[in-house]
Amino acid sequence: MSLRSPLGAALGHGSARSGPAHGWNQRLSALALVPLGLWFLCALLALPDLGHATVVAWIATPTTAVLLLLFALLSLWHSLLGVATIVEDYVHGPVVKTASLLALQAAHGVAALCVIVAVIAILGGSAR
Amino acid sequence: MTVNPRPLSPHLQVYRFFPAMAVSILHRASGVFLSLASLLLVYWLLAVANGPDAYAAASQILASLPGRLVIAAAVIAFWYHLLAGLRHLLLDAGIGFDLPVARRIGFAVVALAVLAAAATLAAAWRYLDWS
Repeated sequence: MSLRSPLGAALGHGSARSGPAHGWNQRLSALALVPLGLWFLCALLALPDLGHATVVAWIATPTTAVLLLLFALLSLWHSLLGVATIVEDYVHGPVVKTASLLALQAAHGVAALCVIVAVIAILGGSAR
Repeated sequence: MTVNPRPLSPHLQVYRFFPAMAVSILHRASGVFLSLASLLLVYWLLAVANGPDAYAAASQILASLPGRLVIAAAVIAFWYHLLAGLRHLLLDAGIGFDLPVARRIGFAVVALAVLAAAATLAAAWRYLDWS
């Protein structure tokens, strides 16, 4: 039996039954980003220099490419979940709130696409 | 903006300041900053993929004084957000709610973040000529 009134359901009031996934995803990505972030920092600092040839050679190894994609894409996902929470907390107008959330989703989607294409291009050797 | 006449729950102004509050809000602030800084990573990766000329142009921007300052701030935000995030994961697990413990974890997060950021920036010092 549901305690939700039909009017409340029609208006979208109350729980949408999809709440826990957001927080759970945020924490899971956070956990994964701890080793991935430390790896990224250490790997960058371990490079002999930041010249183009060095960086391309580094990213063009499959292991680096996979870890870098994981790090960048999980970062963007974690970022989207985080800033969406902040918008939901502090932006109250329904129009502004929805528009902000959509804009943030679009920006993160474009950024993720850029990361994927860039890493594939570097892997494929077109960056040389 | 329409004024909502319904009563509000007590907010920040009624609470005595507690260090954990600063640790918590700085977690959000550093997260927002890292979201913006992730654009730098995307820009840098695109520059690498676009070839040596694009990379040289991007390097010039990133190695400029403002570029260095933003990267240094991102390193500080990275360490702070990572350590404060671990604190939040502990809190989610129900650990660290006793006031003395909360205070100690809060100070530890700030101190470790400062030390780790300093160590990282010191290690990155040799990249100063960015070549």
